[in-house]
Amino acid sequence: MIEHYIEQVSTYAADIDNLITMIAVITGFWFVLVEVVFLGLIVAYRKKPGVKAQYITGEEKHQKRWIGIPHELVLLCDIAVIIGAVRVWVDVKQTMPPAQETVRIIGQQWAWSFVQPGPDGKLDTADDIKTVDELHVKVDTTYHFKLEARDVLHSFSVPVFRLKQDAIPGRVITGWFRAKKTGTHDIQCAEICGIGHGLMPARIVIESAGEHNAWMAAQAALATK
Amino acid sequence: MSRPIATTRSVTGIATGKLAVWWVLASEIVIFGGLLCSYLMHRLGHPEFGGYAAHTNTALGATNTFVLLTSSLFAVRAHFEAEHGRGKSAANWLYMTVGGALTFLCIKGYEWHHEISEGFVISKNAFWSFYYTAAGLHACHVIGGAIIMLIIAQDAKKNQELQRVELIGIYWHFVDVVWIFLFPLLYIAK
Amino acid sequence: MSQPAEEHAHAHDDHGHDHDHGDTGAHGHHEDGFIKKYLWSVDHKMIAKQYLFTGMAMGLIGGFFSYAFRMQMAYPGHNVPGFGVVSPNEYNQLITNHGTIMIFWLAMPVLIAAFGNFLIPLMLGCDDMVFPRINRLSYQIFLLSAIVLIASWFVPGGGFGGAWTAYPPLSAKSQYNLTPLGSTMWVIAVALEFVAFLLGGINFVTTAMNSRAPGMKMFDIPMVVWMIVIASILFMASVGPLVAGAVMLVFDQQLGTGFFDPVRGGDPILWQHLFWFFGHPEVYVVLLPAVGIVAEIITVFSRKKLFAYKTVLYTAFGTAVLSFFVWAHHQFIAGIDPRMANVFTATTVLISIPIAEMMFVYVATLYGGSITLTTPMLWALGFIGEFIIGGVTGIFLGSSGSDIYFHDTYFVLAHFHYTFVPIAVIAVFAATTYWFPKMFGTMMNETLGKIHFWGTVIPFNGIFIPLFITGMGGDHRRIYNYANFPEQWTPHLIQMREFATVSLLVLIAFQGIFFINFFYSMFKGKPAGNNPWNANTLEWQTVSPPPHGNFAELPNCYRGPYEYSVPGREEDFWPQNEVG
Repeated sequence: MIEHYIEQVSTYAADIDNLITMIAVITGFWFVLVEVVFLGLIVAYRKKPGVKAQYITGEEKHQKRWIGIPHELVLLCDIAVIIGAVRVWVDVKQTMPPAQETVRIIGQQWAWSFVQPGPDGKLDTADDIKTVDELHVKVDTTYHFKLEARDVLHSFSVPVFRLKQDAIPGRVITGWFRAKKTGTHDIQCAEICGIGHGLMPARIVIESAGEHNAWMAAQAALATK
Repeated sequence: MSRPIATTRSVTGIATGKLAVWWVLASEIVIFGGLLCSYLMHRLGHPEFGGYAAHTNTALGATNTFVLLTSSLFAVRAHFEAEHGRGKSAANWLYMTVGGALTFLCIKGYEWHHEISEGFVISKNAFWSFYYTAAGLHACHVIGGAIIMLIIAQDAKKNQELQRVELIGIYWHFVDVVWIFLFPLLYIAK
Repeated sequence: MSQPAEEHAHAHDDHGHDHDHGDTGAHGHHEDGFIKKYLWSVDHKMIAKQYLFTGMAMGLIGGFFSYAFRMQMAYPGHNVPGFGVVSPNEYNQLITNHGTIMIFWLAMPVLIAAFGNFLIPLMLGCDDMVFPRINRLSYQIFLLSAIVLIASWFVPGGGFGGAWTAYPPLSAKSQYNLTPLGSTMWVIAVALEFVAFLLGGINFVTTAMNSRAPGMKMFDIPMVVWMIVIASILFMASVGPLVAGAVMLVFDQQLGTGFFDPVRGGDPILWQHLFWFFGHPEVYVVLLPAVGIVAEIITVFSRKKLFAYKTVLYTAFGTAVLSFFVWAHHQFIAGIDPRMANVFTATTVLISIPIAEMMFVYVATLYGGSITLTTPMLWALGFIGEFIIGGVTGIFLGSSGSDIYFHDTYFVLAHFHYTFVPIAVIAVFAATTYWFPKMFGTMMNETLGKIHFWGTVIPFNGIFIPLFITGMGGDHRRIYNYANFPEQWTPHLIQMREFATVSLLVLIAFQGIFFINFFYSMFKGKPAGNNPWNANTLEWQTVSPPPHGNFAELPNCYRGPYEYSVPGREEDFWPQNEVG
């Protein structure tokens, strides 16, 4: 249901959206059921002249059933949700498919910097390509990102990817994504980071391999000038 | 003010004052517990803390442990005297306990003076931050306990509110126990 | 167990050195001066009112803040009438203090302190709390904490703006938050508030344990008292580490210690653990009193015994215990070990069982009832109907896989407002309208009450349903202007934000009706009599408002609190203190 509001651009976006839909169906069922019974009882048992309320303790077995059976059903639904959640989580956060490209992402007050290996294919060398507030990536390519923060907490969030990861000063957090469509989308900071928190919009530009290589070459040329 | 009837009731059979002291201790235990767990987590993640701990004075720390344990013994004596209605003698034992607290604080002050003059100040690194904060929070409890003890001793001398001698004793044992956790964690584990 | 007659003798013995108070009878406090009566009182009912009015005043401030930042959300950059243009800095301060106030200075003082203080001695049939002076001290510290918080907005640099969660390093270093004084005062205010509630908890728990009316057994205690006691214990057991954390944070701010500084061996994540180890149980600390209030009201107005009293109690215990093992669901994507997330997903989703069961019990209580839709009953039913939305949307966030997307979006915000508004607003109005006759001796106006109910509940949904949608559309929290983000600046999302803001304006406008009703009824309402709702619990078996000392003669208790419509009795209620 999320795809109606925002595009699915990463490979795992659909998994997350399907999980959300599954939870929506389960919780929606319970929500409607409980509200209907609840409102129905209010209507059915409005005070009527001459009718006294019933005396029900709710402590006897045949009465407790009305709580006990839904209780077990909720447990079953919970187990379904937990299994669904863990499966998606393991795919997105706990396991890392092999990297085809690596990018370093650095959050600071109040901008995102991105470092990609230059022509030599290695990070942290002189020919690295550095950009601010604009991340260029290749479509259909598995990226590993190394997320860092310079000063305070930030959170790297790309809604179209359904990806979010906090950046912590003093740590390097690794994660991955793989875009499946070209286009330009928003990057938001999702952890309050001071006065300029709302003012660190960045963009992610997903390009075809050809376009991306051309961009890389242009950046490398700029750097050597 | 008059005491409400509520205060004199005891459905559980435990005196209300004692319940209150246990409540205070329980909330203190989670405060110190949170601090010590935080310290332990750091300690396990940072082997270099052991090196910093080597700069603490274990001999003086051990002396202080002994001082505090002895003062706890005095508090027990005070409770014993109070139970037998000997307020004056209970007050004297409480003064002895306060004496133990003062000795503890003097030794602590000497230690800190030394460490600070060697440059191990609270802002040096996370170990020293924990060291001063944990020991400092404990020292605040020692000071607070000593003050309350003096007030209670004042009443006890006149044979009033003798049940409070036991309550402050319970608190004092707690202060003691906290130190027994702090001492090995901050001093011995090097 | 001593008899009431002996107890009176005790009271005389203990009279000691104070002459200001009369006996426990009706001729109580007429000789006290204004200060003594209203500001320095040790009477639990007066302290309850102090908490109630302070909480309401803070709630108004928090509501005004929400007005200012919601206007900025809907019409960014425009002048907000009564506030001015909201700068990014002010925006952060507004949201931070809105959250802090609504939880610590509205929900806690009103639900736990005001109603706990008012109800516990009355419902248990005793004359006061066991430690009246500690009770007074608790309120005074609370008042001080509120003053420190308010003062923090006016110091150089302004108030703290690092969100109510106050994550370091932002909160710990003034070069990052740019509020060197405001952030420290914020921490101190919150810590003082904790101390106030730890002191208050002494009374709630010891009074409930030790001072019940003769004959009142464990399962004869009204549910709301149980819930407040469980909440106090839960609060005490969870807040300690955060008190230590607050000390550490203030030291980091002012002494330059390195607890949360990775460069010197500290760890910023430590704060998150300390905060949420408290922060999640805290949700249940305010939830439990609210469900207790609802239990009292729905039984009275459906003339029914509470369905499965013990089950409710066990679900409350279950929730309280489980709540200690769920905190890291706030930190799924915070950089903790990803394997931990699986454990916390399981515990978090499982907490739905006791909570769902509690709701089932309440719905079942309505079955076979004789329901009158008075204003308090509408509020109580409103609580159940709305809280269920808060409950089911929580599943999306407790499940790690979907939380990757929803974390820190408006979906989270809408979810917890669907829990906190039912708790801190709907249940508070339920309690206020229900116990108003006992507190002030007069009835509130039913027509105005019902207008206020619908005028609050409908716009409440109007605010937060659109925010669920903006959350699903990818709006993150705490961003002061979405115009910077092309994907969030679509006509549809803009409309949703405006709809939410207009709903808030409507909701705020309807609160005027409540205040008119409240103050008019207080002075001009028709007299309530002792027991206007024909309720069973002990507070209704004395005059309204109860005098100093509460009861002319302290009651004995003969039965449970929910013996309504007992077969074979003429009356459909059976007060707990009625012999036979």
